[in-house]
Amino acid sequence: MSADIMTLLLKALGETLRMVAMSMVFASAVGIPLGVLLVTTARHGILECMPINKFLAAVVNALRSIPFIILMVAIIPLTRALVGTAIGTTAAIVPLTLASIPFIGRQVETSLNEVPYGIVEAALSMGATPLQIIWRVYLPEAMPSIVAQLTTVVIALVGESAMAGAIGGGGLGDLAIRYGYQRFRPDVMLATIVVLIVLVQAIQFIGNTIAKKLNKK
Amino acid sequence: MIELRNIEKTFDGADGAVTALRGINLTIGTGEIYGIIGLSGAGKSTLIRCVNMLERPTRGEVIIDGEDMTKLSASELRRARKNIGMIFQHFNLLSSANVYDNVAFPLRLDNVGESEIRERVMPLLSLVGLDDKAHHYPSQLSGGQKQRVGIARALASNPKVLLSDEATSALDPQTTKAILSLILDINKKLGITVIVITHEMQVIKDICDKVAVISGGVIAEEGSVLDVFTSPRQPITKEFISVIMPNELPIEFRGKEISSDPVAGAKLLVRLMFIGDSADEPVIAALIRNYPIDVSILSGNIDHIKDTPYGRLLIGMTGEQSAIDEAMAFLQSKDIRIEVIGYVS
Repeated sequence: MSADIMTLLLKALGETLRMVAMSMVFASAVGIPLGVLLVTTARHGILECMPINKFLAAVVNALRSIPFIILMVAIIPLTRALVGTAIGTTAAIVPLTLASIPFIGRQVETSLNEVPYGIVEAALSMGATPLQIIWRVYLPEAMPSIVAQLTTVVIALVGESAMAGAIGGGGLGDLAIRYGYQRFRPDVMLATIVVLIVLVQAIQFIGNTIAKKLNKK
Repeated sequence: MIELRNIEKTFDGADGAVTALRGINLTIGTGEIYGIIGLSGAGKSTLIRCVNMLERPTRGEVIIDGEDMTKLSASELRRARKNIGMIFQHFNLLSSANVYDNVAFPLRLDNVGESEIRERVMPLLSLVGLDDKAHHYPSQLSGGQKQRVGIARALASNPKVLLSDEATSALDPQTTKAILSLILDINKKLGITVIVITHEMQVIKDICDKVAVISGGVIAEEGSVLDVFTSPRQPITKEFISVIMPNELPIEFRGKEISSDPVAGAKLLVRLMFIGDSADEPVIAALIRNYPIDVSILSGNIDHIKDTPYGRLLIGMTGEQSAIDEAMAFLQSKDIRIEVIGYVS
């Protein structure tokens, strides 16, 4: 494999990492609070409010029912309005973020629901406010599970970012399509696949390690 | 200290409303250990949750220290709850926090300074006998140790009331005894009022001053533990007591016909109960010395209801009917409780 391919591969990896990392940060910033709201506003939740809960659940379901490739194209006007262009790595971050928010919301909801209600009840009996229960009970108790769930989201993002590459988003997917497929370069295709496999393995390993370290059960 | 007035609680179930409590009235004095006993589903857990408003009563008032808990705003309720510690059957400790941080939890909710927290937490840990476990996580502790952490945590904010919701039900008998004596110890040292929910009469007998028997959402019987134990009125109460104090006759008398009228040559079976100081009186010796009858002791045991010694003796008397009658009159003149079972031959 020539040196330019190596350079291309590194550049593509960098773009993929950037897309995944930025989308993950933005999506978590919205998705984690969303998951918290899904749990706390539910029936018998500490902030029970069924209208809000039903509304959020409907939005989450609607967003999750759109296949990523369609969502990406459908929100091009929004992407253009937000970042000025619909092509490139930065533009890809918008649909990636939007697709990951409901995913993270549901994953965090699942994690928080695993926290035994007895612990929440104990905190209530000690006079904790709802905010204190979220910060000091729900999030720390669910953290190992949240980390494990977010690891799944990051890996899904790696896959989706490759799709974003197909419409000019850059990254490893873009490289594989343009060089590996369209220019008949099986060596580039293979190298990209190997890099993706290593990347996903590394993400899973890091996620598992952190989750395990946090878990005191 | 605590007054429950006409508490009713109805839950909206899938098949219509379910009434868990139907008009409960209780008065609990300062420093008392008050036991509430009932079978599962009797409403006892709902009742204790009504005390700190984890369940809001559908009707009725919960007065603690002159304040009606049902009328407090959300923030007033949070403040009031800091005066009420609670321990649970399944401990409900934070698994992500070590022993120290679990006990510090209620203090951190109030933004107490770390040095003050240390001054408060360390003595509590030694009170419950866990000084050396401060940095252990709950998963590294036994059930009894977890409950000790639960107790220390419940005491951290210096509450006036401690609610114990089946705190020993998940523990083995030895650990149960140790936890109960810890609760008793804390009650004596700190003068804290304790409400104990349990389905085990042993718990009531070991530590409670007063008891209420709850059944079907109402209080079936209530009073001092000594009175309820020695003269239970309701069948449900008798059933609870019989679990720890079997009332059965010795095997040789079971299935035999027992007559309440005198039968010549038959043995009169009498159960004697000695409570407190009367347990020391040599009643049997006096009985044998003063009356021309034969007395055989068929079974007996001495136990304690909290701190009061309590003896039970099953005796059989044979002899002339007139002598037996005189002996009975003698027994009745003494400060002991007598239950005549009957004549058996």
